[in-house]
Parts: sequence; structure tokens; C-alpha cells
Amino acid sequence: MNVRGILAIYKFEMARTGRTLMQSIVSPVLSTCLYFIVFGAAIGSRITEVDGVSYGSFIVPGLIMLSLLTQSVSNASFGIYFPRFSGTIYEILSAPVSYLEIVIGYAGAAATKSVILGTIILATAGFFVDLHIAHPFVMAGFLILTSVTFSLLGFIIGIWADGFEKLQIVPLLVITPLTFLGGTFYSIDMLPSIWQKISLLNPVVYLVSGFRWAFYDKGDVPVVASFIMSMVFLGFCLALIAWIFRTGYRLKD
Amino acid sequence: MQPVIQIKNLQKSYKGGFQALKDINLDIEKGEIFALLGPNGAGKTTLISIVCGIVNATSGSVTADGFDIVRDFRETRSRIGLVPQELTTDAFETVWDTVTFSRGLFGKAPDPAHIEKILKQLSLWEKKDNKIMTLSGGMKRRVLIAKALSHEPSILFLDEPTAGVDVELRKDMWEVVRGLQQSGVTIILTTHYIEEAEMMADRVGVIRKGEIILVEEKNTLMRKLGEKQLTIHLQEKLDAVPDNLKKHGLELSGDGDSLVYAYDTAAGRTGITGLLSDLSEAQIRFSDIETSERSLEDIFVNLVHEEEDDE
Ligand SMILES: Nc1ncnc2c1ncn2[C@@H]1O[C@H](COP(=O)(O)OP(=O)(O)OP(=O)(O)O)[C@@H](O)[C@H]1O
Ligand SMILES: [Mg+2]
Repeated sequence: MNVRGILAIYKFEMARTGRTLMQSIVSPVLSTCLYFIVFGAAIGSRITEVDGVSYGSFIVPGLIMLSLLTQSVSNASFGIYFPRFSGTIYEILSAPVSYLEIVIGYAGAAATKSVILGTIILATAGFFVDLHIAHPFVMAGFLILTSVTFSLLGFIIGIWADGFEKLQIVPLLVITPLTFLGGTFYSIDMLPSIWQKISLLNPVVYLVSGFRWAFYDKGDVPVVASFIMSMVFLGFCLALIAWIFRTGYRLKD
Repeated sequence: MQPVIQIKNLQKSYKGGFQALKDINLDIEKGEIFALLGPNGAGKTTLISIVCGIVNATSGSVTADGFDIVRDFRETRSRIGLVPQELTTDAFETVWDTVTFSRGLFGKAPDPAHIEKILKQLSLWEKKDNKIMTLSGGMKRRVLIAKALSHEPSILFLDEPTAGVDVELRKDMWEVVRGLQQSGVTIILTTHYIEEAEMMADRVGVIRKGEIILVEEKNTLMRKLGEKQLTIHLQEKLDAVPDNLKKHGLELSGDGDSLVYAYDTAAGRTGITGLLSDLSEAQIRFSDIETSERSLEDIFVNLVHEEEDDE
């Protein structure tokens, strides 16, 4: 294992975040505040409680998930796409680092950023609403698992994309809608039963539900289902990455 | 001695079917400077990219220091440094950071003293804290060289290291390359400046349309280079070389309006006097005489064109 190589990539990526602190941390925090104001204050004055939790508190896990998913994907995809675009990838490919090590470096850095970001948003939310976390370790577990999984997904997108538009397309057209429809701002119990069934096809429902369970001991689906779904998703991303590397897809052809 | 790089039956077809390399066989000897020449699109960069691990070969094998570049990639890649043809650098990192990054990436323990030495050698020391995007093109080229040397490779690939580099800096680079060779580093470079190959290389290889068409010791080539040509422009065209001139080994050139005589300046007797008297004896009248030297460039251009005419 070339640990120094992994660390070099990891540090490089973290330094990039440092330079783009504004974009990486400040803007997600700002948009979270806006969500609180718009959804929490405006809608919260109509819907006072969901499942015995005040609406403002209820949306916190979903808001964090929303940021985790979009930021993990966009950070990780940009991290690997940009060297491909600029050509500096030549050095990574010619270095004695295995594919696994490349992924650990890039996706690891993206996941770290997401975890930090999630924590900051959690702290920000603490200013707006009362927070009590029923299962802190499960909460941390889901936070990390989701960050890692979606950083891997971002890595895959960054390899697949052959233009900046494609880089944007997946977060914009897939992840954000699925998250909005995934029970971020509501409990799927509130939907007509046909929509409840359709919602269960949305993987994000499981992620948000599991995360919310960690906070309030209540979820739309059993927490075990959430966990299994997270692992399935992780397994899927890992399999796809293994395939990419075995074939040299978009990297060495 | 076992060659430091051994390329066997290497082929590369890019996606879309274009065959960039056709059955390349090449050995690079330890400690030599090998110049790879060839016109644009010949496959030089493709060949280098495969050896360095940037492009997958379609078939064939490559070993470096006896290790297979695919199976034992850690062994081979940690020995190899690459300066790419394109100026592909980061933008926002400082010179110091990017060179330090390279060393880490290649798995070497930090060694600020080594990096300082390289930066000083390449006259980059004053710029060490500058962001790369603020550097000129020539300086960026040097940054790429510094990155390639950061992990102390024993084999160095330089893909057109002196493209877009001024005369002064080119000399500096030659110095650096010679210094590296003296410390035992094997160097493979591509260049479009033939004089550079003449000056630097121990051996020269010519690649054209994905095939190696010549590999020769530079000194052997230089001997050919010692050859001069005497061109005799005729007043009247000839169909063939007259019988009494055959012994001179003349060639009729163009459409028969000139005779070309090749002779060796190093030899004591050039045979020119005899040729001229034979010419007047055969009553061949000429309008002009000129001599020219064959340079590596001529050899190169001829080689590339001759082969083209074959097709
Ligand atoms: N990624 C690629 N996909 C398809 N074709 C490629 C690719 N890279 C190179 N080629 C083709 O392979 C051939 C060899 O290219 P290569 O870059 O190896 O040439 P070169 O000898 O380095 O040329 P130059 O002197 O211009 O640098 C060219 O015809 C080029 O168009
Ligand atoms: Mg080239």
C-alpha cells in the first residue's frame, strides 16, 4: 500500500477545499439557513408538528442529507474530473498508486469534507431549533456511510463525464429531485397511499428515514431497511468502480 | 547486460480502431540517452504513455528493470519519471507544493533538501512560493521537469522537453540531462530539434506511422554524416549513367538533369579529380557544381520520405 501516495492526493484535495472555502462550506450553510427560514418559519407556522416533533426540528436530518448528497457528489466528481480535463491526471496514472488508492484519496477527501459540512450544518441548525439526538453513534454512522457512498458515486460521475454539463446533470436532475421527493421536508405518511408506495422506490427515502430515526427514534421505514439500503448502494458504487478500473474506462483508453 | 527497458511486440489501437503502434520492438540500454525521432503523429507520445502506465497497450509487453509494467506496476512506476509533452500543470498550487506533492505521490519520504536542490538546479528557487499559473511557459516546463525528478527516478522520459524553450534554457536543460546521465539515470527523449539529438543522444531511433524504422548508434549516424554530396548539374539530360562513369557509383537524380556523387571527406582521396576528368572525357558538359553535407536532418527526412514513397 502506497500510504504516502494516498496522503498526497488526500492533502491536495483538502487544500483545494481550503482555497474554495467559500464555495465548499459557506454556501451550503447559507442555503441551509435559507431553508430554515423558508420551510421552517413559513411552513412551520402551518405544520406545527410531525410525529410529535416540531416541524423545524423534523426537517434537520433531511436538510443535512440534502447537503451531504449533493456536496459529496459534486466535490468528488469535480475532484477527479478536473485533472482529467486539465491533463494533470497523467501524473496520477503514471505514479505507483493502485486504483484503490486513488479512490481512497479522492473519495476519502470528498467524504471528509461532507462529514465536516454535515457537522457544521447540524451546529447551525442548533441555533434555530431544539435538537436532541436519540442515537448519536447511529447518527454519526449514517453520516459517514452516506458521505462515503455518495463520494464514490461522485467519483464515478467524474470519470464518466466528458464535459462540465454532464458533471452538473446528475446532481441537478437526479439527486436533488430524489432528495426533495425523499421525505426531506415531510413524512411520507403525509402522502396519499399510492405515492407512499411509489416513494418506497426512491433510495433517498431510506437514507433520510434512517438518519431521522437516529435523531428522533422514528422513521418512515424500519432503520434496518435504511441500513440495508445504504449498504446496497455502497456495494453498487464499489462494484461500478471496480469495473471502471478493470477496464480502464475513460482513463486509459 | 539486460536492457533497462525492453519493449516486445507492442501494439496499440485507440478506441475507434486507429492503430497508433504496430509491433514495436525496442531495447533501451542502462545509462544511455536515447533520442526518439519521428514526425507528428508517429506514435512517440503513445509509446511513452504506455511505458509510463498512462495508456493501456492493446498487446505486447514492456519491462522496466526486468519488471512487467502491468503486473509489477509499483516497481516500474516508482523507477520512472515522466515529463509530458503538454504543459499540464496545476494552477493554484505553489511550485514548492506541487513538487512536494509529486514526491509523496510516488511514495517517497519527504526530503526538502532534495527538492531544494532540484529547484535550484532548474533555476526555480526564486519562484518556489509562486502559484504555478503566474509562471511563464518555459518556467512551467521546468516545473514539470522538477516534478518528474522529485522522486529520484532511475529512468526518465522527456517528451519534447525543449519545445517552446529559449536557447539559454535549452542549454541549461541539456546540462541537467547530462548531469542525470552521469549519476546513472537512463534518459529517453523525443525531440523535433535534430541538432538536439545529435548533441545529446547515444543512440537514435526513428519512428514513423507506428513503426520503428531505424535504431542506430549516434556515432554510426555521424559517420554517415561525414559524407558529402557533389551534385553536377548537366547541360543536357541523360537517360542513364554513361558506362565509363559507372565505376564512380554515380546516381542520376531528378529527371536526369544532374548527377550526384557521394564521397567521404574523412577519406584521404575523394575521387573528385578522377570523376571530373572522366566527365570531360565522356564529353558531358555541366552548368554548375555544388557540394552539400548530409546532416542527421537529411537522413531523417529522407528516411521518412523514402518510406512514404514505398507505399
Ligand atoms: N486518445 C487518443 N485517441 C485516439 N487517437 C489518438 C489518441 N492519442 C493519440 N492518437 C493518435 O495516435 C497517433 C499517434 O499520436 P502520438 O501523440 O503518439 O504522436 P507523436 O509521435 O507523439 O506526435 P507529436 O510529434 O505530434 O507529439 C496520432 O495519429 C494521434 O492522432
Ligand atoms: Mg507527442
